[in-house]
Amino acid sequence: MAEPRRLLPLEISELSFRINGRTLIDRVSLTIRPGTRTVILGPNGAGKSVLMRLAHGLLDPSAGRIRWNVPEPRPREQAMVFQRPVMLRRSARANIEYALKLAGVPGRERADRAAAALARVGLERIARSPARVLSGGEQQRLALARAWALDPQVMFLDEPTASLDPGAAREVEDIIQAIHETGTKIVMSTHNLGQARRLADDILYLQAGRIEESATAAEFFRQPRTAHATAFIQGELPWH
Amino acid sequence: MQEISQAIAAAAALVGSGDSKLVAIMLLSLRVSLCAVLLSALIGLPLGAALAIGRFAGRQTLTVILNAFMGLPPVVVGLFVYLMLSRAGPLGQFGLLFTPTAMVIAQVVLITPIIAALARQIVADAWQDYAEQLKSLGAGFTQSVRTLIWDTRFSLLTVLLAGFGRAVAEVGAVMIVGGNIDGVTRVMTTAIALETSRGDLPLALALGLILIALVLLLNTCAHLIRQTAQRRYG
Repeated sequence: MAEPRRLLPLEISELSFRINGRTLIDRVSLTIRPGTRTVILGPNGAGKSVLMRLAHGLLDPSAGRIRWNVPEPRPREQAMVFQRPVMLRRSARANIEYALKLAGVPGRERADRAAAALARVGLERIARSPARVLSGGEQQRLALARAWALDPQVMFLDEPTASLDPGAAREVEDIIQAIHETGTKIVMSTHNLGQARRLADDILYLQAGRIEESATAAEFFRQPRTAHATAFIQGELPWH
Repeated sequence: MQEISQAIAAAAALVGSGDSKLVAIMLLSLRVSLCAVLLSALIGLPLGAALAIGRFAGRQTLTVILNAFMGLPPVVVGLFVYLMLSRAGPLGQFGLLFTPTAMVIAQVVLITPIIAALARQIVADAWQDYAEQLKSLGAGFTQSVRTLIWDTRFSLLTVLLAGFGRAVAEVGAVMIVGGNIDGVTRVMTTAIALETSRGDLPLALALGLILIALVLLLNTCAHLIRQTAQRRYG
């Protein structure tokens, strides 16, 4: 089998996104490298979701460049999981098979890969259940399984636990860790400091559409360099 | 008052006896309107979904026209189809005027805008939720249209039932293009119109009762389907 083409590093330069006269992303430059878990941290409204949607290709930038290491990555090469999972009105397994079909996986392989993906997130028992009546936590695990089944090189996760209770959030964090261990690059946004501490290798601190800090998690939490990040950490700490 | 109650009693007896003429009229009605719904679904559902999902020039205009055409007066549709199918018309050579096929065509023209406009609304609402996820998974336009039609299938089924209800209860268009020929193009609504004007109230009433029962049955089905689907599939 041919060596898969390498998507990373992802180079983002002078990226801006404006809509209705508001600047949501303001001249952001950064590089995403393979191997580590990158967490985009920042308060609500900082532009975390917009930044990931731009990188994933759901939004078109107003200015600047997004350059992958290969031209035009296919959806199966870089996947995204949203805060609120969108399930199709069919069974859990059929939801995964649908994604595999769009990714060009041959029909005879889909059932096996979907079953394996469900097993990895502990959902094999509800394979035949209609996806939309599952609990919020189960739906998010299914969304992770659906993205993971594509075997992407990069997975974007937009506040994947923000709508979940602590137990379900913990399960999702465990799955994210497992995905990381299979070699998929994790790029995740959160406003939850505890989660960032548990999962991050690198931190990108975003505030008002600008990257204010880019550091390893250890550095960032020991000694944030900007006043905003310091305030964010201190403001949040008592509750985490 | 007594005349009416006698007519109702006679109508009930007619329905109960399974009168062959009555049954034939009823079956033709069903056949014509089911064909019309089927064809309208094949045109209207993809059209409505495409209008909901697509971003192309003229989309707004088309949507406005479609919504306006929901209220097309049946007699005007009948007249239009009549002109098309009449000997001198562009489709005159096929000799379809005063046949059940002509009635199907008229009903298709009448209900396709209804089905398309209602489908557009349903799919547009679902698209709000689905758009990012489907784009993320790499679904193109055609794939998205197909996925959305399948995912809103229970709501769309009630749209089709609404279209059928409109088609089967309509009289103006089928009267003009069908001609209400006994045993050939006489359907429930045209028979009711004729028998009423001729004073044969029992037959008219019997057909009327059947028509009402049919429409009630359809709406009950629509309601149950939605409820069950909502519970089972979310």
